Amino acid sequence: MAAGTPSRHVDPTRRQQAIAAWVLALPFVVLFLIFTAGPVLASLGMSFTDMRSVDVRTPLAVQFVGIDNYTQLLADPLFRKVTLNTLLYLLLGVPLTMAVALAAAVGLNRVTRLRGFFRVGYYLPVVTSIVAVSVVWKFLLRDNGGLVNTMLGWVGIDGPAYLDSTTLALPTLVLMAVWRNFGALMVVFLAGLQTVPREVLEAAESDGASGWARFRHITLPMLRPTLLFGAVITSIGYLQFFEEAFVMTKGGPLDSTRSVTYFTYDQFGFGNYGYAAAASYLLFLAIVLLTLLQFRLLREKD
Amino acid sequence: MSQTLDAPVPVSDPIGHGKPPKRSGSAAWETPRWLYAVLAVGLVVVVVPFLWMLVSSFKPEAEVRAVPPTWWPETVTTENYDQLFTQLDFPRYFANSAIVALAVAIGNMVFCSMLGYALAKLQFPGKKVLFAVVLGTLMVPGVVTFVPLFVLTTNIGLTNTLPGMILPFLAGPFGVFLMRQFILSLPDELIQAARIDGAGELRIFFSVILPLCGPAVATLGVLTFLTSWNNFLWPLVVATSEEKFTLPVALALYAVGQNATKYGLLLAGAVVVVIPVLAVFLALQRHIMQGIAMTGIK
Repeated sequence: MAAGTPSRHVDPTRRQQAIAAWVLALPFVVLFLIFTAGPVLASLGMSFTDMRSVDVRTPLAVQFVGIDNYTQLLADPLFRKVTLNTLLYLLLGVPLTMAVALAAAVGLNRVTRLRGFFRVGYYLPVVTSIVAVSVVWKFLLRDNGGLVNTMLGWVGIDGPAYLDSTTLALPTLVLMAVWRNFGALMVVFLAGLQTVPREVLEAAESDGASGWARFRHITLPMLRPTLLFGAVITSIGYLQFFEEAFVMTKGGPLDSTRSVTYFTYDQFGFGNYGYAAAASYLLFLAIVLLTLLQFRLLREKD
Repeated sequence: MSQTLDAPVPVSDPIGHGKPPKRSGSAAWETPRWLYAVLAVGLVVVVVPFLWMLVSSFKPEAEVRAVPPTWWPETVTTENYDQLFTQLDFPRYFANSAIVALAVAIGNMVFCSMLGYALAKLQFPGKKVLFAVVLGTLMVPGVVTFVPLFVLTTNIGLTNTLPGMILPFLAGPFGVFLMRQFILSLPDELIQAARIDGAGELRIFFSVILPLCGPAVATLGVLTFLTSWNNFLWPLVVATSEEKFTLPVALALYAVGQNATKYGLLLAGAVVVVIPVLAVFLALQRHIMQGIAMTGIK
């Protein structure tokens, strides 16, 4: 640094570097300020106002209402319901996605041939539009004539109307989301598995450790940072659950699949901008807390 | 902070291409046959919905609804596609999606490499803060910003325009992170040699570093193109009239609106959204998987 040089002058190459760096950073910084930082702050500000769609041209002329939106949200039965639904998406979706992804990664790590082929195959749904795959699954899951129930019928099971049931619709959407998402996490886990030395596993095996014991006591502990990272990334995804419900159930039946993001979108559609902003901020808070928790947990181990 | 995010991603063998060290030859380390069977079943579950979508989109409407369903079309027809592209405005939605995704991809390729280089190789005041900002932006979900963004675009005349869809995504944190990771792996000596030759700092970036970033920039371009192509919430909000719809917006609104019962049509629509992306992905999968593994995030 400049402090290390005897003269008070800043090293000219250092200064050139600094200027160049900020020139290179400028487009990102400008776009970030206008389209991310600005809206994040504005959203917080709006959440303390009674802003509605009629105020869209005069956003500064709205009334400050303090924490009214937040107290109203916490008392709103629909918001409570969508919060509970979102928690269910999280609590069902994260462990299932992680389990499937981990199983796939461990399986792929073990095979010697066709690994790349399977990896690409499992990754296919990840690159496809959630809207499009939701359209497809809506038909696959039809009560009558849907592929899923037709195949269940072969083994004598009379499958229900998954998406018309207030109890089954949400878990069904989760299963579809697992199908869509596990490949992304699998790739991360597969990379993590490369850090587990095979020699250690082989040594444990010659000491008589069973496959499960090797997995439980060697692979899993070594994978801990990767698993934690994966859990947080996946949780953030499920906290924003929206498109699947939008296309497959329209949030129904009886709001049983409506999520916080869906609620926010609805409130925006009704013109309740302040209320929508408050709802989105509560979700943001949850995401920030989850991320901080990850950093905390990772640091403990360092 | 950087360390924490970098931590789960092993650098040595990011995509697991590496051959395992020479095995001791114990039979237990041979791959069991049943594992291939299980993996194959999994692959069938993953792929069959796409095949079914593709095949069924060529069935007439009555056959799409048939109980029990037919596997192979008894009558092959392109009527669903004809309807999408002549009666409905799918050529326009396709063009909108392609223009937006292309612009977003180019913007990210340029702007993210620029900042990625600065963060990887240059010393400057504010560097740590800037990197923290990039990482922080990764966790800002679209749902938090879309309401004020809509107010903003309305007031600057960008609501219901393609630039309104493009600008907010023109330089994403993911791309910066990916490019930084890649450029970190380039040797410092290159830059020092160029400095000794008297090249200016910006010149070093454009004529020394950027030419070496080809594969990473291409990967970033493809990934941001795919993400933009599939993006839903913001285009849904900002496109207020039909002629500005992107493909996912049009498909979703058809699926829940008056066309909700035209199954064949919707499946053909899904094909139009999905197949180009799958084709690009399969053609370039090696680069894409590498880019994903490099950052550990999608």
